[in-house]
Amino acid sequence: MAKYQDELDPITGRMELVEGDHVTFHDVTEAVARPIEIPSSRWWIAFIPSVMLLGVYLISIAYLLYMGTGIWGLNNPVAWGWAIVNFVFWVGIGHAGTLISAVLFLFRQKWRTSINRAAEAMTIFAVICALQFPTFHTGRPWFIYWPLPLPNQMDMWPNFRSPLLWDVFAVSTYFTVSLLFWYVGLIPDLATMRDRAKTPIRRFAYGLFSLGWRGSTRHWLNYEKAYMILAGLSTPLVLSVHTIVSFDFAASQLPGWHTTIFPPYFVAGAIFSGFAMVLTLLLPVRAWFKLEHIITVKHLENMAKIILLTGTMVGYAYAMEFFIAWYSGNPYESFAFQNRLFGDYWWAYWIMVSCNVISPQFFWFKRIRRSVVWLFILSIFVNIGMWFERFVITVTSLHHDFLPSSWDYYSPTVWDVSTLVGSFGLFFTLFCLFVRYLPTVAIGEVKSVMAIANPHHHGDSHGEHH
Amino acid sequence: MSKPIKKKTYGLLAEYDSARAVYHACEQVRDAGYKVWDSHTPFAVHNLDKAMGLGPSVLPWIVFAMGMTGATLAMLLQYWTSAIDYPIIIAGKPYFSWQAFVPVTFELGVLFSAFGAVFGMLGLNRLPMWYHSLFNSERFLRHTDDKFFIAIEARDPKYDPQKTRELLERTGAAHIEEVED
Repeated sequence: MAKYQDELDPITGRMELVEGDHVTFHDVTEAVARPIEIPSSRWWIAFIPSVMLLGVYLISIAYLLYMGTGIWGLNNPVAWGWAIVNFVFWVGIGHAGTLISAVLFLFRQKWRTSINRAAEAMTIFAVICALQFPTFHTGRPWFIYWPLPLPNQMDMWPNFRSPLLWDVFAVSTYFTVSLLFWYVGLIPDLATMRDRAKTPIRRFAYGLFSLGWRGSTRHWLNYEKAYMILAGLSTPLVLSVHTIVSFDFAASQLPGWHTTIFPPYFVAGAIFSGFAMVLTLLLPVRAWFKLEHIITVKHLENMAKIILLTGTMVGYAYAMEFFIAWYSGNPYESFAFQNRLFGDYWWAYWIMVSCNVISPQFFWFKRIRRSVVWLFILSIFVNIGMWFERFVITVTSLHHDFLPSSWDYYSPTVWDVSTLVGSFGLFFTLFCLFVRYLPTVAIGEVKSVMAIANPHHHGDSHGEHH
Repeated sequence: MSKPIKKKTYGLLAEYDSARAVYHACEQVRDAGYKVWDSHTPFAVHNLDKAMGLGPSVLPWIVFAMGMTGATLAMLLQYWTSAIDYPIIIAGKPYFSWQAFVPVTFELGVLFSAFGAVFGMLGLNRLPMWYHSLFNSERFLRHTDDKFFIAIEARDPKYDPQKTRELLERTGAAHIEEVED
């Protein structure tokens, strides 16, 4: 396998995380900061279509506010429809960002440093997209603050026994903590941008948000402790968020929803879909910004391995759901699963299985894990599959419940489609603005995992500077 | 400070080229007995706090206190609203069905801890502080890029413009300058 030989770190014998001969700290700063300071015109190629999609979203929402949720395809048994499908889809995407920033940090996976910034940004933007759907699904989004325990003239309080209320607390905490974590990570890099700034506006903006950071070791001491604590807090938090999202389903009585496998199965699926989205976003970014030596093929390969692992876990969960449906001897549960495979929505089920169970299995092959084209194609398949997973769970269970008299077929309207497509516009617009104005890679963290960052490094760190 | 000086001096700023150099320089400054000094690096150099002789951060205690406060408040809020202020039977459960209150308790505990971690860190570091004397040095701008610095402040009891400079020279500094306050 000499073909796939990666560069090795002379001290640890592990893969070099930043590739190239004699890469200095300054080279890393330049590689990340230059595309922000001297923007490429190609950025507009991504930004303009994103803003157009955002326009589609704004029109859809404006019409929704004018007409009400009747413009969506919701009907009596299927009252949740695409809004909840999209909500779970977007929240799930966010989870990979937290996994990379927090869980891999606790496991001392140093390779995370080149991808964590972009992945955390993706988390925040995905949660913003997710929050749109329940907000507008309420029908009167100007009352969205009602789930909060605020004193009111009716002297009533929210029902703290409801999983939907837990969800409000879980997702809003998740958003706040992700934002704080991301911002804390950004502070030293914003200071880098401030110190390189050539224009007064940049110096002011980056200076304002870098809070006067001056790289003091006395500060780093508290900073690193805060970072580790945030990672330690985010790890159970991210597990709790998708667990509670799955409680929205699992705590109900509906066949196909009322299962104990939902929390771990939802968390695995969330990480699976999130890593696919990280690949979808980072493959173009690393090519356009010429960051291939920082976000290396080895990084991509590691992500592919996580997709393979979590995809296999998701496949296992699908199989186990069927086993339990049969083994429980519950006729309603068995019917719900037969209906998934061969019922009205058989096509959605089989799209889900092909995308989520079969497509990640290609990642057993090293050649495919290291091929940018294959990774991109398969990541798209996983994104599609995971959206269909939420569709299958939501719609197939709702449309045929206990009473045949209340059965109905659900189909989306053009406004359902435009809101989902438009939400990608919101997501990509935010991501484009992020790569345009903020360091896409955590500059300081990448430097700290380079071999020359080790205070006991004896290499060529002297004698060649002037 | 008996001699009258025109400009107030913040201290001496020494520049180093590598993490290794600044690490060993910090050990020497620490051993020389200085107290009011600091090092500035583009990233957190591993164990540099120990080379400077710094103790552990007190941040975990702040976070712990905040987390406990958040969790306690959350449980009390749910208890008071569900069992005292507006008792109502939902799904045949007791008024104080604490098992159902665990998720919100957990979430608010995490939320308060995160606020404690971030704002506690900023408070301990006295940030934001948009003006600092070190920014008067042109060379200091590279502390966020690829240079490593040690700054010994003039208000350190052991500070002496001549002797301190000699010490920094002995540590192998690439450049030494006096910074105005």
